[in-house]
Amino acid sequence: MLLREGKMREGYLVEDIQLEDSIKRRLQILGLTRGTRVEILNRKKSGTIIMKVRGTRFAAGRQVAEGILVREEQKGVQA
Amino acid sequence: MKELTHVAFIGNPNCGKTTLFNAYTGARLKVANWPGVTVEKKEGSFSYQGEKIRLVDLPGIYSLTSYTMEEKVSRSYLMGDEVNVVIDVADASSLERNLYLTLQLIELGKPVVLALNMMDIVEERGMAIDLHRLPEMLGVPCIPVSARQKRGLEILMHAVLHHKDKELDALEHDHPYESHHHHDHHKDIVMVYSDEIEDKIDLISERITEAYGELPNLRWYAIKYLEQDQEILENYPLDLSGVVDRSYETDIINEKYDFIEEIIQECLVGKSEKAQFTDKIDQWLTNRIWGVPIFLGIMALVFFLTFTVGDWLKGYMEQGIEGVSAVIMNGLAALGTGPVVQSLVVDGILAGVGGILTFLPNIFILFLALAFLEDSGYMARVAYVMDGIMGMIGLSGRAFIPMLLGFGCTVPAVMASRALEDPRDRLKTILVTPFMSCSARLPIYVLFSQMFFGRYAMLVAYSMYVLGIVVAIIIALIMNQFTKKKEINSLLIELPEYKTPNLHSIAIYTWEKVEDYLRKAGTTIFVASIVIWVLLNFGVSGMVTDMSQSFGAMIGRLLVPVMGPAGLGYWQIVVALISGLAAKEVVVSSMSVLFGISNAATHSGMGQMAAALAGVGFTAGNAYALMTFCLLYTPCMAAVATIKRETGSWKWTVFGAFFQLAVAWVVAVLVYQAGRLIL
Repeated sequence: MLLREGKMREGYLVEDIQLEDSIKRRLQILGLTRGTRVEILNRKKSGTIIMKVRGTRFAAGRQVAEGILVREEQKGVQA
Repeated sequence: MKELTHVAFIGNPNCGKTTLFNAYTGARLKVANWPGVTVEKKEGSFSYQGEKIRLVDLPGIYSLTSYTMEEKVSRSYLMGDEVNVVIDVADASSLERNLYLTLQLIELGKPVVLALNMMDIVEERGMAIDLHRLPEMLGVPCIPVSARQKRGLEILMHAVLHHKDKELDALEHDHPYESHHHHDHHKDIVMVYSDEIEDKIDLISERITEAYGELPNLRWYAIKYLEQDQEILENYPLDLSGVVDRSYETDIINEKYDFIEEIIQECLVGKSEKAQFTDKIDQWLTNRIWGVPIFLGIMALVFFLTFTVGDWLKGYMEQGIEGVSAVIMNGLAALGTGPVVQSLVVDGILAGVGGILTFLPNIFILFLALAFLEDSGYMARVAYVMDGIMGMIGLSGRAFIPMLLGFGCTVPAVMASRALEDPRDRLKTILVTPFMSCSARLPIYVLFSQMFFGRYAMLVAYSMYVLGIVVAIIIALIMNQFTKKKEINSLLIELPEYKTPNLHSIAIYTWEKVEDYLRKAGTTIFVASIVIWVLLNFGVSGMVTDMSQSFGAMIGRLLVPVMGPAGLGYWQIVVALISGLAAKEVVVSSMSVLFGISNAATHSGMGQMAAALAGVGFTAGNAYALMTFCLLYTPCMAAVATIKRETGSWKWTVFGAFFQLAVAWVVAVLVYQAGRLIL
């Protein structure tokens, strides 16, 4: 699923990033690597979100949020 | 004599690096640009235990690659011979992300000292960092500090002096997995990659040595080839067929973060998610419904303070300036100087420079407020809050920050547009940013709104800011029609934790701006005042007593017919507007000089000027058109020069300058003609 479709305050794990190289690289450098836990803190009608990655908050535009593929975090199961 | 120790400060944005830097240097720092680029370079020096230490503050960056100007500047400086020790400032309360840069720095091979900043926040959250284990894993000294509370500063410098020219400290890693790679690197290398990458590093290292001989820090170069780093590939072309078949950048980033997770597991104790304070505030400030109104409210408050508190302080400023002027005038009279010199000093310099200094309190309050918003962590939120609205006009929410800074000064605002990735986005932002009313235009509004609009003065001045925003939006919309590209909203910005603003940082930031304004008053405006005085007091027949016979009047009269429809068809106004190209505030000082009023900011001065203007048929409608024109026309020379530097294109710079002039004329005509119909 796309991060954009995620629910607020839920944890998701990054599967893949499908964005142009420069943005993809920036996301990876900020710690959005494969398997990283992401939480959506806030969302606007325009699709812009605030996400929390490795303890830091980031605002990400709609297209960025659409390019991040995630899966649901399995609760109670240690990865 | 002892050798100077060169220390570079580096760290992520929002890690408190500048606060820490300021804690050492205070206001005694030198601000310049890195050669060839518009990235700010701050330098300071001080002595510690008899050793001279020179500090260089590098720009805040997330990584040490060569993609942005900031990264390139930092990397090439760190790779140079000058640096003895690198202080890596990390926000200890968000250590996980900050350690990425740390690992890159250690890989670069210079002596690194890790400054764990914001330790007070770590403790507040009930967390602790294992300061015994962390240096074991990183091989570098890790010093807890708090820049805001000025704790740990001495120990950090002690570590720096102790650590310079030193290799890594002893390393101790527990790596549970099996490795077939023929070296065990875990005793001498901090960041050890998977066997696949380590094997390749060895192969590449061999080829580098074959081609270029012994490079210092061979391993670092090998890693850069694996990442397909553009700068290295260009400067050191190397045939790596059979070894590097693709970019391993993603793998390298992933493995660094894997190691960071290991470090966090072992070194961070009591990992609680107790950052609730920021979340609570964000519930309001980034609220779907309340976010925008709260932002507009904050901006209104900023301008309210700028006017009320600023005006109150301005009263004292005026008295001071009048006092000084009186002393100078008496002094000149006592010296028995001739009338030409007296006129130059009194009508030229004192009227010009003095007029500008009077507005210093307003400028001071405005920058103080902007510094407060920046330091508290709110500024970044503006990008999020305004993203939807900015999206509608085809700009990223991030473009709002340069535009917001434009209210302070167009020069740093245009420079801030660099944060925008897309070149078209940048160009658009640069073209509309000058419509944001900068603080230099404030004196014009203050003067004319108070002269012609009495108790509505503040409202009229505020309307200028709104008008600027409206015009910027319309222009952006029109430009969208021309570009017609698929809009990619690539907003990506860190939202730092909220914190109580640090008074020391705010004071230094504000002082830098005030100093800049003072320097301008002393140089640009000083010179402009003299030039205008000459233009107005000399004509074809030499020095003239009647200003309407002067060169200035001749130039002004040429343009009077053009400016007539905008209600600005007076040669004095035209001259004032031309002089405003030097700096917008000069419009005010020119008006003072033109009408021979020495204290335009005072009640009596304003009364005199208003009377003089009324005498030539200049009324409230004209005043509003004048303010509109000043808001929108070509920005000052410093701003134009910055636009040239940032766009790198004369075509766009010249286009921008004439475009803004045309916009100003059209809008001023509309405003003036509409005003005539209504009034």
